[in-house]
Amino acid sequence: MEATPLLAAERIDKRFERRLDFAGRLAVKLGAAPGNETVHALDGVSLAVRRGEVLGVVGESGCGKSTLGRILAGIMPASSGRILWQGADRDRLTGTERRTVKLAVQMVFQDPASSLNPRMRVADIIGEAPLVHGQVTRAELGDYIDTILRDVGLDPAMKQRYPHQFSGGQRQRIGIARALAVEPQCIIADEAVAALDVSIRAQIINLFDELRQKRDLTYLFISHDLGIVRFIADRVVVMYLGRVVESAPTSALFAAPNHPYTVALLAGAPRLEDRKRAFAAIEGEIPSPLNPPRGCHFHPRCPHVMARCREEAPRLSEIAPGRLSACHLNQA
Amino acid sequence: MTPTLDIAGLSTHFFTRDGIAKAVDGVSFSIAPGEVLGLVGESGSGKSVTGFSILGLVDPPGRVVAGAIRFKGEDLVGADAQRLRSLRGNRIAMVFQDPMMTLNPVLRIGEQMTEAISAHSKATKSEAQARARDALGAVGIASPEERLTAYPHHLSGGMRQRVAIAIALINAPDLLIADEPTTALDVTIQGQILSVVQRLVARSHTALLWITHDLSVVAGLADRIAVMYAGRIVEQGAVDGLLTCPRHPYTAGLLASLPERAVHGGRLASIPGMAPSLLNRPQGCAFRSRCGLARPECGNAMIAEKQVGDRRFACLHPLADSAGQVM
Repeated sequence: MEATPLLAAERIDKRFERRLDFAGRLAVKLGAAPGNETVHALDGVSLAVRRGEVLGVVGESGCGKSTLGRILAGIMPASSGRILWQGADRDRLTGTERRTVKLAVQMVFQDPASSLNPRMRVADIIGEAPLVHGQVTRAELGDYIDTILRDVGLDPAMKQRYPHQFSGGQRQRIGIARALAVEPQCIIADEAVAALDVSIRAQIINLFDELRQKRDLTYLFISHDLGIVRFIADRVVVMYLGRVVESAPTSALFAAPNHPYTVALLAGAPRLEDRKRAFAAIEGEIPSPLNPPRGCHFHPRCPHVMARCREEAPRLSEIAPGRLSACHLNQA
Repeated sequence: MTPTLDIAGLSTHFFTRDGIAKAVDGVSFSIAPGEVLGLVGESGSGKSVTGFSILGLVDPPGRVVAGAIRFKGEDLVGADAQRLRSLRGNRIAMVFQDPMMTLNPVLRIGEQMTEAISAHSKATKSEAQARARDALGAVGIASPEERLTAYPHHLSGGMRQRVAIAIALINAPDLLIADEPTTALDVTIQGQILSVVQRLVARSHTALLWITHDLSVVAGLADRIAVMYAGRIVEQGAVDGLLTCPRHPYTAGLLASLPERAVHGGRLASIPGMAPSLLNRPQGCAFRSRCGLARPECGNAMIAEKQVGDRRFACLHPLADSAGQVM
């Protein structure tokens, strides 16, 4: 058995319910509508992040990857299931322990323009949390902020400016600095480089890598971009419509994807090596999470669909050491 | 053969309160019938404004200040509104990143499609309906007959983009301008859209200008690529040569920044600094402040474009012919 993971999710469920308005409730009473609409965003998701690794989470819109990131970061409660920090149930911790653990996981968001308060100066954006949590004194704060700004590649002389005075890449550096300010052990990056231009994106990816070595960080890197995940992640988790369909070490996954969805995803991504290729993508739309298909969620689009897939959801099971996949084909 | 589109020295400037933003500044390229040109650049490079300029859709304070846009030999710069109107949506069509920019949210899909037909030809209502239905089928929409009566909000993002493409191609245009039409879509849906566009454009021998920030997309789609930086085309040529052996340091830097080609766990080669403001474009080569090969003469006036074979690039110290990965 390997060491206890730093951060783990155990059978996490997340359901979002839309409260009905008066007309809706009336319709339910009269038997004309089926009741509250529920989006099953996460359906029994389990994963483990080991200390020091970069775990990539990939999937298309609506697969629940951002919801998972928010629940792991502790900024959104799960409907059921447990989050374990070094083996201990995070929701049962109390007092200072609870606070330390909560600060240990921080998040970096996709859009730095909407995740930074436009009315706060950079020094306050970065300095507020460590000051409130008593990690630095007011006297030390100035130097502390300067150190972090230098770490993320910004000039400390700019700390009295507002977010709008920075470019997109610089704003993302501020977002990273804010996450680092409370000395976290694990950073959850939700599409953190998706909004950036190619040349700036490379700078930020390199920054993530530098910080990991310098500060001994663990990353959960959520992205829809397979090229980035392939480059940065040690292991990859693939999600589809609220479920984990496959997880594997990065090189193994890209060399030989197992789940038909992973196969389709890798085949569909455009590559620099393509020349006048005939694009032929997997058919069908991503189903609505309001009304997911029965059985395996991927079955309406799967080229290998069998009768069993329409009825029974496949379990995520080990297909090789360190590799999990949820597909009935593996049991056939 | 006359090219479908031939742009020479196009400059589109925006006269703002803060000064003149030279969004497009001396851009030249041409597209032959049936050819696919990928116009690649980062945000603010002027790639979209180039597309809008072709259709005469640049609004004040912006204005085409110089150059020629020859569409099948006819110069569109200075053409009257009437003439442009008869070309737009008919001989030249455009698809945008957000299909809701094209689709009217309060009109049924069918009405929007037949409108595009009857605006440019004398088709009867039933003929137009039939053509609309066929066009929806051609972009891979299941049960097109029913979809004609749907409103845009009934459809998913990928379906809306298919409808926008169906409308753009309904009059079999000679030129289709596609401005990042797959950027907002998921990977598997992007593949579907690429496959549809590729098939339809080849069938009708339409020239395609595909504007994107994503080199990987145009690698598999285009015949030629033009790379824009700060309002100018810095390099253009056939896809294979340009991607395997870039001559301009910016193209090389862009390629090296892609994680696809990098070794896992290594460092990405990034381009230092950021793009200059269009309001205050430096003299000479706009890339020189970020370029590792820059020398004092790179700041001299205008950098003339060089042509080697089918490749054109604007650089005084281009990378070697064979090994492109110098940067």
